[in-house]
Amino acid sequence: MSRVGVIGIGHGKFGRRSDATVQELAFEAFRLAVKDAGIAREEIDASVVAAVPEYHKQRSVAGVVQEYLNLNPAPTWLTEVACASGSAAIRTAWMAIQSGLHKVVAVIGCQKMTELSTGEILALMGRVGEVQWESVFGTTFPGYYAMFATRHMHEFGTTREQLLQVAVKNHFYGAKNKNAMFQKEISLPTALASEAVASPFCVYDCCANADGAACLILADEGRARASGKKVVWLDGVGCASASMSVLRRPNLVGLPSAVEAARQAYKAAGVTARDIKVAEVHDCFTIAEIMAYEDLGFCKKGEGGRFIEEKRSYVGGSVAVNADGGLKAKGHPIGATGVSMAHEIVSQLRGDAGERQVPGADVGLTHNVGGIGQYTFVHVFKRD
Amino acid sequence: MFGWFGKISFVPFSKVQDFAVHLKDGRLMGSVCKGCGYATFPPRADCPQCLAGEFDFREIGGRGKLYTWTRISAAPTGFEDVVPYTLGVVDLEEGGRLVAWIGDTIPEGEIRIGMGVQVVPRMMEEREEIKVYYTIEKPGTTWGKAPPSG
Repeated sequence: MSRVGVIGIGHGKFGRRSDATVQELAFEAFRLAVKDAGIAREEIDASVVAAVPEYHKQRSVAGVVQEYLNLNPAPTWLTEVACASGSAAIRTAWMAIQSGLHKVVAVIGCQKMTELSTGEILALMGRVGEVQWESVFGTTFPGYYAMFATRHMHEFGTTREQLLQVAVKNHFYGAKNKNAMFQKEISLPTALASEAVASPFCVYDCCANADGAACLILADEGRARASGKKVVWLDGVGCASASMSVLRRPNLVGLPSAVEAARQAYKAAGVTARDIKVAEVHDCFTIAEIMAYEDLGFCKKGEGGRFIEEKRSYVGGSVAVNADGGLKAKGHPIGATGVSMAHEIVSQLRGDAGERQVPGADVGLTHNVGGIGQYTFVHVFKRD
Repeated sequence: MFGWFGKISFVPFSKVQDFAVHLKDGRLMGSVCKGCGYATFPPRADCPQCLAGEFDFREIGGRGKLYTWTRISAAPTGFEDVVPYTLGVVDLEEGGRLVAWIGDTIPEGEIRIGMGVQVVPRMMEEREEIKVYYTIEKPGTTWGKAPPSG
């Protein structure tokens, strides 16, 4: 099979962006990606936009983004699988190129979450789970992951300190990322003392809603090689689903969709977990990163707490995880997150990550989860 | 009628909407597929195994074990007046799982994963509309049931 290469990347500032509309955010990332790719805009023969519609007053966001980027009449469409929408866009762009239908595709992840009032946010928050049997009891997004954490702590002895060490690590790297929402380090005592959200979680166990955009330009193998750039190849695409209702899952100590997506992606790329030098994982809550270490095979099930405690997921450890600050410090503009993850991995594999650079990074992955593992995408990237 | 179920209802109609009527009568109902006998809780009208669309309600006892739990301090719209509240997931003895509030018979300090529990049908009092739900209580907790109809 021929390969699909990333020839351009762009990333805007994440955070409370009261200065810009969603299409203006998209433009920031797009401009950088087009310049990085060194291509004429006319060469882009399709775009895939990732955004979660319920946060925007503008309906059908792909239309307004495509117009503002001056990409008409090239085809465009939207992908939506909650917080994994960005990776779904990358997957569909990969499919479009592999099918031969398109040659150069722009992937634009963009989200404006802070236009909604607190009341609207709280109402949305009440419908993150399965609404017929679960939301009627006031389940919340942190509440679901908290129940995973409670069970993980019970089965494996994972501690509050280990959970919050994930947040400490991600803030450590976020402090070095100019695009991050929170560019400051935090201490474990500060994190432990933060306000309760859903036991065992407090504020520092949770990522924050944010606005922002990221963009990738993908091209078929021939066009990518002709670019004369350091191409990073998307060689392994994996994707799986799991039940919407947490009541229908085999257990609440991991995400079966992540295990399956990783298996597919490793197989397609011809690698194993041991080959991964740098990873971007979906740390929407601290337990989610710990479960990701386990589900991706970086350590055995149940050992994720020790993995962070021993700093094995820091740069210099066995696999650098979320060296850009992760969702925790970068902020989580849900449509943009998957594309932002890919941006970081490409940057690392090119050797362009500056003071956050992972030495010898040649194989990396993204692990992007929608909802509470209803959807997981794992993408393995390689450099030449 | 399914709008009766839950403090806030997002789903007014369902093929299993009589669940709420049975709950009002003090009965917790799962479903049994008429095609292959697949039994589950929460009930579902359409069989995921044999694809049949005919089912019977079957009353379940509501005994089970606590699988996990959390105490919610930040509530979504419609739950501000009951915060903080504690959610539990129960593995039911007769198969299936449910999520519900942990009730007054189990103080937070006594919550243990794996503990035996009883799921109890409830009706919200002092409200004009009918609102039914269930809570997770200590084993042996009793409640009233309407006499069987028909």
